[in-house]
Amino acid sequence: MSMTIEPQTTKAARLLAFSRLRKLELSRDQLGFAITALLLLVVFPLSLSGFRLGMVSKYLTYAFPAIALVVCWGKGGILSLGQGVFFGLGGYCMAMFLKLEASDPQSTSIQSTPGIPDFMDWNQLTELPLFWVPFNSLPFTLFAVVAVPGLLALGISLAMFKRRVGGVYFAIITQAIASVLTILIIGQQGYTGGVNGITDLKTLGGWDIRTDSAKLILYYANASLLLGTVLFATWILRSKLGRLLAAMREKEERVRFTGYDVASLKVFVFVFAAVVSAIGGAMFTLVVGFMSPSFVGIVPSIEMVIAAAVGGRHSLLGAIYGSLLVNYGKTFFSESFPELWLFLLGGLFILVVMAFPNGLAGLDIKRYLDKTRLEKLGAKLKALDPATVAPATMAPGAASPVPPRGGVQQ
Amino acid sequence: MSISELFSIAIMQGFNGLSTFCVLLLMALGLAIIFGQMGVINMAHGEFLTVGAYTTYVLSEVSQRWAPWLVGSYFLLSLVVSFVIAAALGLLVEHTMIRHLYRRPLDSLLATWGLSLILQQVFRSTFGAREVSAHLPEWLMGSLKPTETIDIPINGLVVMGLTGLLTSAVFLGLFKTRWGIRVRATTQNRAMSGAAGINTRRIDRLSFGLGCGLAGIAGAAFTTIGSTGPTSGSLYIVDTFLTVVFGGTESLIGTIASAFSIAQAQATTEFFLTGSMAKVLTLMAVILILMVRPEGLFTLKVRR
Repeated sequence: MSMTIEPQTTKAARLLAFSRLRKLELSRDQLGFAITALLLLVVFPLSLSGFRLGMVSKYLTYAFPAIALVVCWGKGGILSLGQGVFFGLGGYCMAMFLKLEASDPQSTSIQSTPGIPDFMDWNQLTELPLFWVPFNSLPFTLFAVVAVPGLLALGISLAMFKRRVGGVYFAIITQAIASVLTILIIGQQGYTGGVNGITDLKTLGGWDIRTDSAKLILYYANASLLLGTVLFATWILRSKLGRLLAAMREKEERVRFTGYDVASLKVFVFVFAAVVSAIGGAMFTLVVGFMSPSFVGIVPSIEMVIAAAVGGRHSLLGAIYGSLLVNYGKTFFSESFPELWLFLLGGLFILVVMAFPNGLAGLDIKRYLDKTRLEKLGAKLKALDPATVAPATMAPGAASPVPPRGGVQQ
Repeated sequence: MSISELFSIAIMQGFNGLSTFCVLLLMALGLAIIFGQMGVINMAHGEFLTVGAYTTYVLSEVSQRWAPWLVGSYFLLSLVVSFVIAAALGLLVEHTMIRHLYRRPLDSLLATWGLSLILQQVFRSTFGAREVSAHLPEWLMGSLKPTETIDIPINGLVVMGLTGLLTSAVFLGLFKTRWGIRVRATTQNRAMSGAAGINTRRIDRLSFGLGCGLAGIAGAAFTTIGSTGPTSGSLYIVDTFLTVVFGGTESLIGTIASAFSIAQAQATTEFFLTGSMAKVLTLMAVILILMVRPEGLFTLKVRR
């Protein structure tokens, strides 16, 4: 960060090198996206059995909150330990619609009150609660999947960020909210299905979601939505807003003094993350066919963070691979070696924080190669540059007609 | 229901609140030192409580089997041993993990969460998933009956006494000793304290060990009012963090006041509603108050 006086030619070379780096980064991202799209849309569906593909489909829904965390935590520096809240709310909104469709008066005729979800009947409710009624409509449900978590996130983040509460405090408050919502859902059995959640979901607008062909279609819908989210998030991060986010993460005060409204930026990014997570939750309900409080609370929320961290907290594509890896590991170990799973997960947390803060994306070999190529390029330019060959012979003022500025900051 | 019966219920419900208050406060004391004074998030703090609880359990089993003369007094011994073991573990953790993460609080949060998962599995593998309880010596059992209808358990009273003792000890330590002066100076201005010749690294290490040791004692006290399982400590971690934040992170009096109000609010609402709704309402109220007043109940006036 030292102020260096540099001759124009070196500056031009640096700018050139910088733009080369941007181009290399761009091409690297494009290649990564193409590989991921190929993997998700062609390789997995062709090579995996229906059961395995169903598992991948489930893991991919966890990638939504992981992507949300990359944007909000990796890029914006806001750690949310309550991403499960938004994932769960999205999922519950979807599940409520599906449950109402599954509980038509014919199929629930053995209940004492036909036409309401079975768990309500078990809990002696005789009427559909008022907040359930709008979920009879699919358009409203789709709107609610995005709006309910979005509005909650808006409320939380407005209250917190306008008062400049952030960092650790924010993380703890979001965690407490996750805890509160879980207790609430479990406690209000008659309205939410309690600890079992909302189960036995059958059709979406008359379309049976349990058949093999429906599962394949849902897999494609899920994967395409995920890739679309990655593209959209990339677009946001490439824009000026993305730069501001990074700047805010590094030096919040400076961004504020430059005249930007830091709080609004944070509110935007937090709400965006909530909506993305909620879409993942709704897809989860469709893919798996139920929703329960075990996907809402503190533990699932923090598992979403570890998926993002393992993939690389700065890498959107990394979040996909992180979710696949962590959740596959969870399934594999908790089935085969349940004793080992917590050791492994705990070890993963410590390892990824202490040794690999950039996760899988930090192990990117091509980036390393690009860097070496770039360094060689820089060295070559430097060697050609007369200003660096004999800088002492020139007076600093004579070399540049414009006043010297600070060096390019790394 | 007569007036006197209502009165007894109120007293006993209040006493229930006081027991919760003691557990919260004992946990929060250690956390307030670590989080409030040092700004480090230790998600494994609950596991240090569990370490203390299991230590007490092991001592009680040992005294049952091999040292019958210790059965009456093992509890006093276990307070010391729990402190030493938890503090030693804390120092080890500080040395291997925490000290590398002082500048990255969010990362220390994640790493200590990992540690807490590992410790929970260690407990489960060692002591089994089922809850165990220490054998209470006779002087801890029974209850006081000031009137016909009021029933106050002695173990609760002992825990309360212990809480009072520990809280005063921490107070004295922070405000009357050289260590306390150094800790407070480091909290207020780390760079300046370093310039004044205070070894801030050593202060951090000591504070972390002490905070963990306090959690260990809390665990020993915890065994007298409940049974211990692998996840006993982690059940309290969110509540404890809220307690510390709610009280104002740098104020011990705030921690006490917030532990008291949270515990009493919960005990009172529990009487009217179900346990889970009482907890939801209490936590919601705390979160809402924190949104309006993020600095907590009590704040230290410090120029930064």
